[in-house]
Amino acid sequence: MSVLLQASGLCQQYTTGTTLFKHPTVVRAVDSIDLEIREGEIVGIVGESGSGKSTLGRMLLGIEPPYRGELTWRGAPMPAPGTPEWRRLRREMQLIFQDPLAALDRRMTIADQIGEPFEIHGLVPREAIRDRVSELMGKVGLRPDQAGRYPHELSGGQRQRVVIARALAMAPKFLVCDEPVSALDVSIQAQVVNLLYDLQLEEGLTMVFISHDLKVVRNLCDRVVVMYLGRIVEEGPADEIFANPRHPYTQALVSSVPSAGRGHAKRILLQGDPPNPASRPSGCAFHPRCHLADAACKARAPALIRDGHRLAACLKLRAAPNQDQIREIHA
Amino acid sequence: MLRHILSRLVRSFLTLMLVMTFAFLVLRLSGDPALILLGPDAPQDAINAFRERWGLNDPIWKQYLAYLVQLLTLDFGVSMRDQVPALDLVLSRIPATLAITLPALLLKIGLGIPAGVYAALHRQSIADRGVITLSILGFTVPSFVLGLLLVLVFAVQLGWLPSGGQEGVEHALLPILTLSVGGIGIMARFARSAMIEVLGQPYIRTAMAKGLSWRSVVWKHALPNAAVPIVTLLGFMIGSLIAGAAVVESIFSWPGVGRLIVTAVANRDLAVVQALLLVIASSMIVANFLVDLAYGLLDPRLRSRRAAH
Amino acid sequence: MTSVEATLESSAKRSLLSRLRLNLPFLIWVSLLWLIAMLLVAVFADQMRPYAITKMDLSARMAAPGTPGHLLGTDDLGRDVLSRLMQSIRVSLVIAFGATLLSAVVGTGLGFLAAQFRGWVEGAVMALADFQAALPFLIMSLAVLAFFGNSMVLLVCLMGFYGWERYARIARGLAISASAQGYAGAVLQLGATPARVYLRHILPNVASTLIVSMTLTFPEIILMESGLSFLGLGVQPPQSSLGNMVGFGREYLTQAPWIMLAPSFVIVMTTLSISLLGDWLRDRLDPTLR
Repeated sequence: MSVLLQASGLCQQYTTGTTLFKHPTVVRAVDSIDLEIREGEIVGIVGESGSGKSTLGRMLLGIEPPYRGELTWRGAPMPAPGTPEWRRLRREMQLIFQDPLAALDRRMTIADQIGEPFEIHGLVPREAIRDRVSELMGKVGLRPDQAGRYPHELSGGQRQRVVIARALAMAPKFLVCDEPVSALDVSIQAQVVNLLYDLQLEEGLTMVFISHDLKVVRNLCDRVVVMYLGRIVEEGPADEIFANPRHPYTQALVSSVPSAGRGHAKRILLQGDPPNPASRPSGCAFHPRCHLADAACKARAPALIRDGHRLAACLKLRAAPNQDQIREIHA
Repeated sequence: MLRHILSRLVRSFLTLMLVMTFAFLVLRLSGDPALILLGPDAPQDAINAFRERWGLNDPIWKQYLAYLVQLLTLDFGVSMRDQVPALDLVLSRIPATLAITLPALLLKIGLGIPAGVYAALHRQSIADRGVITLSILGFTVPSFVLGLLLVLVFAVQLGWLPSGGQEGVEHALLPILTLSVGGIGIMARFARSAMIEVLGQPYIRTAMAKGLSWRSVVWKHALPNAAVPIVTLLGFMIGSLIAGAAVVESIFSWPGVGRLIVTAVANRDLAVVQALLLVIASSMIVANFLVDLAYGLLDPRLRSRRAAH
Repeated sequence: MTSVEATLESSAKRSLLSRLRLNLPFLIWVSLLWLIAMLLVAVFADQMRPYAITKMDLSARMAAPGTPGHLLGTDDLGRDVLSRLMQSIRVSLVIAFGATLLSAVVGTGLGFLAAQFRGWVEGAVMALADFQAALPFLIMSLAVLAFFGNSMVLLVCLMGFYGWERYARIARGLAISASAQGYAGAVLQLGATPARVYLRHILPNVASTLIVSMTLTFPEIILMESGLSFLGLGVQPPQSSLGNMVGFGREYLTQAPWIMLAPSFVIVMTTLSISLLGDWLRDRLDPTLR
């Protein structure tokens, strides 16, 4: 499978608090991320709020230029946002938003909004747009009579379908979904996730699925990347990660997801407060909440250790251990 | 807090600089300053001397700096008509203006705010409707119409009050009345909507639910919060203390700053116009600055937050 | 696109009509009728006027209203007040319309620019807005008129600066809130140019607020221009505006008050009507926006 997107050393930081009199604070949202997205795969990015996953998602699409690092799409560097090349590239990659109501213009009918990419990129003659819009609506499961509706007249799930239809208008190759179902009712979440899965199969899409909800990620994704405070702490094939998480953070996350036959028996509870990117702990960023942390963890930030398909960054790991071995080491 | 004050000071200073630049640009763009300020009939030597003195042969940026220095040393030139320093002329008129605008302001505060608050507390009552109607009339009837009508009624038909001049207290009554009516209306309307908005807030309902008497709720919770937008309007009104009476002073021949600006413009007495512009702008900037400070004191949310926009 | 426009229009019309039939307050009807009458006079002044505005009839000076041939009387030079009034309505309304449009376009444009480019552009626009707010408009216009003299064009341009900062602040605020996480950001990442985002998306959403603002500044501009003309510094003779009619009428207040009363009445009625209409519009438009 060819590599669609290659990110190396991506960093993003924001400076806040710039007034005449105060020292500005630098917030590192994303720190030295290396990532490869291959054609046809569904990669899940998991983390809490503050982990930088949304920022990473936007950077992968080139919406936010990185503070440092490189990004290539099909081997060519990602153009700067707002340039004509970047706008043309939008035909190949799109973003699905967390809040569909905010992403839609409340004064336009959904048919017009789904048809807007055709108008923007001008590849399809006017008369043909309406048919393409009907086609797209059918694909995402919207009824034709809903074409004249306005976003606030639809339910949350339907609105998200509109957003998806609009994103698919140009037949993109790559889709980044940033918490696409978090704002929806639980019963609707499954529908939309299934829709995304079906579309991925039908259209041959490559997807990055950002979420804090592991249940969804487990069902949908081939590969999982776990982020904590802007860094990747673990990466690997989805089933392996869930069966055998290595990083203590991943272990805690996975243990919170019920699975058949296991229940919540071995649930690991994280202590301490959720991370604040503005005040990063020293050494390993996870150490204040890690039950395995010691002085070494406070002093030194661990690097990602590769083991076949898996990557993990924890000082407490030896090369190639498995879950049971970890328990032995930590015991 | 100190940061807040300092940033506001900087902003005020920048605005003042903009006003001075505006005056400079207008002066330069409208023709040769020597001719303008000395008059078209001035002898050539005087014009040359003027040009030398004010460096009118220098490059423009040098002139700009010289101009700024000139302003900062409070040298605004000499009034063409009266041959007195323009600044002195302007300053001498301020007391007369304040003599009518201050009482008007007190009336606006003393009558307008209570009326508005009362109307807000007694929605849909006759008083409420009365306040709304009067306030609408207040800002739709221009001051010159109102002034002339008052003259028609009180001076001409009834003969109770004089129609112009500045001889005694009774001469000030009509101008003050004219000035206050519109402002009372605006203030009342503003106070009313501020109170209504505050009364609709959840924390008022909470206060009631806690069992506080209506009186306490109004005095301790509603009014202090409604005060913030009212203070904005008040600030604007204070800022216009000097500037706001041009039309009224003209109607009643009241020798204040407003009348001066009208006659100065009509006579093209540009030194005086310039002086007036800067004095008035400074007074408004100072007033805005003080209002910003008052804001900071009134609204604790603003104290800790950095600059809003 | 047209089908959508039609749907939008018809649904807006339906709701407007149903709202109209249900409960249009009496005052709003009166205001609307008055404004329509004023508009007609402004447009058809030439056809409707009984006399030319400069036509003097020295034998009928200061005739009271109701004298045959002069419905509203004549002034000190025997000129028909009604005719001059009609001409004044046209002049004042044209200036006010022109200025309101100018101020709205300039203000909205600057507001959008400030929102789009942020940084020093935004700082500059906001500083200009502060400057505008620091000087009472009357004083600033008097200064400009003093230095640059008087012409109709200058007057309209000057009036066009009235209130632009309000539009700028509104437009900037709404544009900023529409960006990034909102639909503006979404359309941008579809590949649209910023121009398209502003013109096709932000502007229509901002329009109703802007229109309400326009109904608020329009009467203020009329009052401002009347004030200036009253002082003799606005519209100059032989042109007549509502303000300078009042100014001329001032001298004959005791002998012929109608000279001043007629234009005053028109000023008050017009500003009243627009203010009432604007208030009503704002009340109507806001809830449906929510």
